[in-house]
Amino acid sequence: MGIPLLSLIVFTPAAGAAVLMFLRSDDAVRWTALGVTVLDLALCIAMLASFDTTTHEMQFTETHPWVPVLGITYALGIDGISALFVFLTALLGLICVLASWVAIDRKVKAFMISLLAMQTLMQGVFCALDLFLFYVFWEAMLIPMYLIIGVWGGGGRVYAAFKFFLYTLAGSVLFLIGVIVLYFNGGETFDILALTAQDLPFPVQSWLFFAFLIAFAVKVPMVPVHTWLPDAHVQAPTAGSIILAGVLLKMGAYGFLRFSLPMLPEASVYYSTLMLALSALAIVYGGLLALAQDDLKKLVAYSSISHMGFVTLGIFALNLRGLEGGILQMFNHGVTTGALFLFVGLIYERTHTRSIADYGGLMKVAPVYTTFLALFTLSSMALPGTNSFVGELLVLSGGFAADLAAGAAAVVGALLGAAYLLGMYGKVALGPASVGARFKIRDVNAREMAAILPLAVFVVWIGLYPKPFLNVIDASVVHLLAQVHSKGSGQ
Amino acid sequence: MDPVISIRPLLAVAVAGLAALAVLLLHNREKLRDTVSPLAAIAMFAIVVSMAPTVLVGGTVQLSLFEVLPGIDFAFRVDALGMVFATVSSLLWIVAAIYSIGYMRHLNEHAQTRFFACFAASLAAAVGGAFAANLFTLVIFYEVLSLVTYPLVYHHEDEEGWTGSRKYLVYLMGASKSVLLAALALTYHIAGSLDFVAGGLLAGADASTALLTVVYFCYLFGFAKAAVMPMHAWLPAAMVAPTPVSALLHAVAVVKMGVFCVLRVVFHIFGTGLVDGLGLGIATAYLVSFTILMASVYALTRDDLKARLAYSTVSQLSYIVLGAVLLSPVAMAGGIIHIAAHAFSKITLFFCAGSIFCASGKRNISDMAGIGRRLPWTMGAFFVASLSMIGVPPTAGFVSKWYLALGSVEAGQIAFLIVLLVSSILNAAYFLPVSYVAFFGTEAQESPATVREIPMMTIPLVATAILSVSMGIFPDYFLTLADGVVR
Repeated sequence: MGIPLLSLIVFTPAAGAAVLMFLRSDDAVRWTALGVTVLDLALCIAMLASFDTTTHEMQFTETHPWVPVLGITYALGIDGISALFVFLTALLGLICVLASWVAIDRKVKAFMISLLAMQTLMQGVFCALDLFLFYVFWEAMLIPMYLIIGVWGGGGRVYAAFKFFLYTLAGSVLFLIGVIVLYFNGGETFDILALTAQDLPFPVQSWLFFAFLIAFAVKVPMVPVHTWLPDAHVQAPTAGSIILAGVLLKMGAYGFLRFSLPMLPEASVYYSTLMLALSALAIVYGGLLALAQDDLKKLVAYSSISHMGFVTLGIFALNLRGLEGGILQMFNHGVTTGALFLFVGLIYERTHTRSIADYGGLMKVAPVYTTFLALFTLSSMALPGTNSFVGELLVLSGGFAADLAAGAAAVVGALLGAAYLLGMYGKVALGPASVGARFKIRDVNAREMAAILPLAVFVVWIGLYPKPFLNVIDASVVHLLAQVHSKGSGQ
Repeated sequence: MDPVISIRPLLAVAVAGLAALAVLLLHNREKLRDTVSPLAAIAMFAIVVSMAPTVLVGGTVQLSLFEVLPGIDFAFRVDALGMVFATVSSLLWIVAAIYSIGYMRHLNEHAQTRFFACFAASLAAAVGGAFAANLFTLVIFYEVLSLVTYPLVYHHEDEEGWTGSRKYLVYLMGASKSVLLAALALTYHIAGSLDFVAGGLLAGADASTALLTVVYFCYLFGFAKAAVMPMHAWLPAAMVAPTPVSALLHAVAVVKMGVFCVLRVVFHIFGTGLVDGLGLGIATAYLVSFTILMASVYALTRDDLKARLAYSTVSQLSYIVLGAVLLSPVAMAGGIIHIAAHAFSKITLFFCAGSIFCASGKRNISDMAGIGRRLPWTMGAFFVASLSMIGVPPTAGFVSKWYLALGSVEAGQIAFLIVLLVSSILNAAYFLPVSYVAFFGTEAQESPATVREIPMMTIPLVATAILSVSMGIFPDYFLTLADGVVR
């Protein structure tokens, strides 16, 4: 047994958080937090460098008995799908620290500790191979996230944090019931791989499918359980929004991929049409809501609902292109929407307004800011050449293969995306009115640039050469599909 | 014949791309900055022409950079059709680059660095599209072209500029993110690839007639740059741009990118056999005939010279599509060479409009009475180019129209012969009065002595007028290429 790389990745942020407790000055806290996230990212890159893309088997596995009486173990391991999101979490963790550098000016230490704790828990979710361990990470995430929104948020932060907490907790209760059912059906084990291998009768699968659906749908979020999202986003500090959009929303989709599809294949196939319909609804309805927003942050928040609709559409197309596209869109959405929230945060720090109507002609006063904003706006609307286009093409191609109507609805959503994103950019960056006359706005500085550039690199890299990313997930997706169709085709 | 593997297609794109960067870097050294574009244009033309010998004898030049998705590469492939578009664009960039300097300096325009940088980037995108080996690569360049021309359309940054450019973007992006996106995804779903294949990628594909028909029309309207009605309204709106932009981009590079994409889809995605089999050829022919006639009627009613030219472009673009969808070899060749014929003549006309505006500040035809006596070279060139647009021998327009007419007879479609004749009469009706008024009209009031030819603009427009005639006399180069596509 070599170095427990996954434990290192998962617990480096937590260890960093522990160190922070002993630091006095805010600057020392910031620099240490930055160092910890850089280290964690470096570990993730080392992990990806030695990741074997030819197999679907779990890699870097670690197993230690924890509560043997109940069949609980401390088991970590990743396949291609989780590897991508462990990396994304580390990347966005670094961006979050940079984004909070001056934006958070009170209780800096407590904030950074929450941020790092959050990072440990999120990576734990993606690495856990024991259902109990998974559930612990999954539930514990709520606490630092509640604090990040509730303590450092905007004016309505308490209401938003509470709403966020209630929604996700309600979903979690159903998830817990599902976990217990799985535990007793599967011979009193929490081993995720063993639970995946068992054959559940279809009625049980159906009940579990809906229990999981509600739990995961809240996280994604899917319409109609999405209403916590805009509140949480608008009130959360920038880093909170980046984590929410970048990683937390992915948890729901990850749940479908890790639990619903492989454990409940017959139900997944049986209810796929329903899921496609719900996805199409989210795409179009989310797009319409985004179109109606005047608040920059709300616009990006509602666009997330639409974009996550593409993700679930791809997943429940239940074919190779759809699944790969869906998973790639999860990563792309993390990068692009994370960047858009960062940009909203940057401009809010300067003007203290998020109303689109207050802007106009920003290009004249902040050319670098608006140039990169253009890149991420175009990425968000999936212009050919950017990361999202590759994912969208795959999702649509898979979606059309599964259901022509769902594909057509998604195309409507893509058009809406172009409308609200280009409309937003036009009103903010271009046009005759000059925001420079009312606010003193400086362009981005070196620290802000350091947060922007890595994300920009991924936009172009995946847009033109997504192969390395698809290679990582390919073997796992092929295996997942085989699991679904070998067992699920009976229905 | 084995394809020639060469870096030259990439080089041609890179020259223009680097020129755009160089322009940006030299933003405070005006003289040096202004030499970049003509030099890059010459270099690009040289690279393009260096590939002509291979392509003229039926060969291709290829370069595959990397695999994007299974079945989709980021790759270049120079064939006869791409060569037509690239030759025209790069050759005309040389003259347009010189003309632009004259225009921008004379009017002392603002934001010249942005202007020249975007201009060069547009050419990179156009030639990249011409050399793209598959739809994925082509669409990337297609969208880049929309983006980099956008600042050129809102260049003046006045109310008119913002309104016009918004319409420009709404039409182009709206079509891209709806029907074109659907067409791409469906094609990838059906064929598992987006490659251009001789005889058609979708030929023999396992898909229903209804679905293929939907995909076809999604492409036809998705490539809104081709300006087939009702997707044409962006083009007159784009006329708020400075005239060199209207000339090279909205008469050559951008709009030809649109029809080029449509031809790619007809020839290499569906293939003429499948288009014929689905009965889409004649249906499209009727659709574009409507555009040809309607746009001509619109042109007739416009007093603003650039607006008249814009509607004329809408009409002429549909000639190219008409030739392709008639599906007879002669008609297809006619459509393809009309890409070049229309380019040479229409750029001349726009150059003239810009020259008139710079010299006299006049935009409306009704104000141009007698201006031919002040600007004899400009209005002479205008007259020559008009003849080409009408299709009078020995101009370029005659050659392409002759082939189109012959092709519609060959296809047994006399209705379209009549469309061609009627539209030629309409062409004459909206172009000849301009020349007549300019030379024989009497000036309402004596125009000041400052109204005179501006050499840096007159020389390029005379050059393109000469090109319009020489292509009529020596059409071999483009005919051989067109023959290569059709064969």
